[in-house]
Amino acid sequence: MTGSGPLVAASEPILGIETSCDETAAAVVAGGKQVLSSVVSSQIDLHARYGGVVPEVAGRAHVERMVPVVSQALVESAVDDSDIAAVGATAGPGLVGALLVGVSAAKALALVWDVPFVAVNHLEAHLHAAFLDEPTLELPVVVVLVSGGHTMLVLMEERLRYRVLGATLDDAAGEAFDKVARYMGLGYPGGPAIDRLSEQGDRDAVAFPRAMLHDGWNFSFSGLKTSVINYLRRQPDAPAADVAASFQEAVADVLVAKARRAAAEHGALGLCLAGGVAANSRLREMTLDACTADGLAAYLPSRAMCTDNAAMVAAAAWWRLKADGPSPLTVGADPSLGLPEG
Amino acid sequence: MGRAVLILGIESATGRVGCAIGGHEGVRASVQTTRDRRHAELLAPQIQAACAHAGVGLRDLGAVAVDVGPGLYTGLRVGVTTAITMAHALRVPMVAVSSLDLVAYPLRHTGRTLTVVIDARRGEVFHARYGCLPGGVQRLNEPEVGTPDHVVSQILASADETLVVGDGAESYASMFERLRGVELADPGFAHPSAESLVLLAHALALREEFVRPDEIEPLYLRRPDAQPHRTASSS
Repeated sequence: MTGSGPLVAASEPILGIETSCDETAAAVVAGGKQVLSSVVSSQIDLHARYGGVVPEVAGRAHVERMVPVVSQALVESAVDDSDIAAVGATAGPGLVGALLVGVSAAKALALVWDVPFVAVNHLEAHLHAAFLDEPTLELPVVVVLVSGGHTMLVLMEERLRYRVLGATLDDAAGEAFDKVARYMGLGYPGGPAIDRLSEQGDRDAVAFPRAMLHDGWNFSFSGLKTSVINYLRRQPDAPAADVAASFQEAVADVLVAKARRAAAEHGALGLCLAGGVAANSRLREMTLDACTADGLAAYLPSRAMCTDNAAMVAAAAWWRLKADGPSPLTVGADPSLGLPEG
Repeated sequence: MGRAVLILGIESATGRVGCAIGGHEGVRASVQTTRDRRHAELLAPQIQAACAHAGVGLRDLGAVAVDVGPGLYTGLRVGVTTAITMAHALRVPMVAVSSLDLVAYPLRHTGRTLTVVIDARRGEVFHARYGCLPGGVQRLNEPEVGTPDHVVSQILASADETLVVGDGAESYASMFERLRGVELADPGFAHPSAESLVLLAHALALREEFVRPDEIEPLYLRRPDAQPHRTASSS
């Protein structure tokens, strides 16, 4: 459809589409940095009764919401269809039945508008999210990428050059929040519920384990989750707020301690949070304190930029298009796509 | 009688995925591939190829037709999403046709009762019965999902000479082929085809039986496979 070469001008608007999990999202971002619109249709209401994301429910909802969400993003951006320079969509990682809805829609639009299609890596999109809120972000930074599906410590050296320093060996941090919240009967999603409850709790009430705190760059949250559940079995009358606050403290403690150590070792200029768990107020507070103590810049993007959205997809698409050109239309969804390193 | 309209038909309800372009003169070009579970990779390049072969651009289209199932959910989602997104972006109306109708249509001249059986996995099939009319087929019951056993009982209860067709008929051939008065159609007819979709959609378009993209709903026929979460500590 399109040849290679410089494909995207500095200010050109890109439509981004995100459907990797339970948010149907579309956004228009100009020049990889200026958010003209960002629409997110959350499916939390649909999945709450199941206590977690049901892939088939998510896939069906994406099909139903795709066109209305894309239309709204275009209308809000005030950009005419014919001025969209490219269409980017999350191609992985994520739920395959959800991913291919966004990928299919993006390819259809790219064909109709005769513009490049860009397959976007969801993890890479999260790394670009912070720049939309913090245009002055200075590299290198250590990014703590934490969500329901991922927990990674990433050294971001340049816009498209990253090193994954460590990752979770079992549960993602967000998954641990969901599982503990579910056990405590706090509902779904667990992160915001535990965050709210913790405000009234004593975070030093229970000394939950900090797995691998001083040991390498990887994480493990499965033991912590089990430890919380065992504690509640032994002490069914323990104040829920104290348990929630102590659990949250243990998660944030490990994440921030490793990020700090990584920043010192690799000479990073700052710490940056990304992913849904980055909305956690205690994690934000501890990150800020650590940065103040260590003389680092703290990049704490807004909640809207931390959670899944399509603005970060459009931004990542702009950078990838500039560097690598369009993706072939034969690209499909890849549920286990890893972060490109190099 | 409406004006002549050029139609893109998108079909992805079974292991086959494909598209065709045509109108009043019949099918101009079609591209179909049977490579299981590669729908998301194959469909967009197929549409490009079909346009090139037919010598038309997407802007020449007057309508987009889509197979709305029932069928394999992943495949259906690729086809339905592509079709509604294209129709919306092109600002053209849509025509929705069931996969079962598409499998029955090429056998309209056989004069027999048709039982269309599409594999629904998990030991079940999507099915419906059709009668042949001059120039077409008429569906005799609403599409259902059920066990092949149930389809066999329906056929036996009807006592009609029946032609069984569809990829479900292939999967459960041993259950159908020994029944009295029953014959299995040639495996070449097992999948819904994008060509039939364009032909059927063109007839519907002439009668202006259009729907808007937001009115298209895949025929899943099953509820999502999940149990509501009951108590706080059940896991």
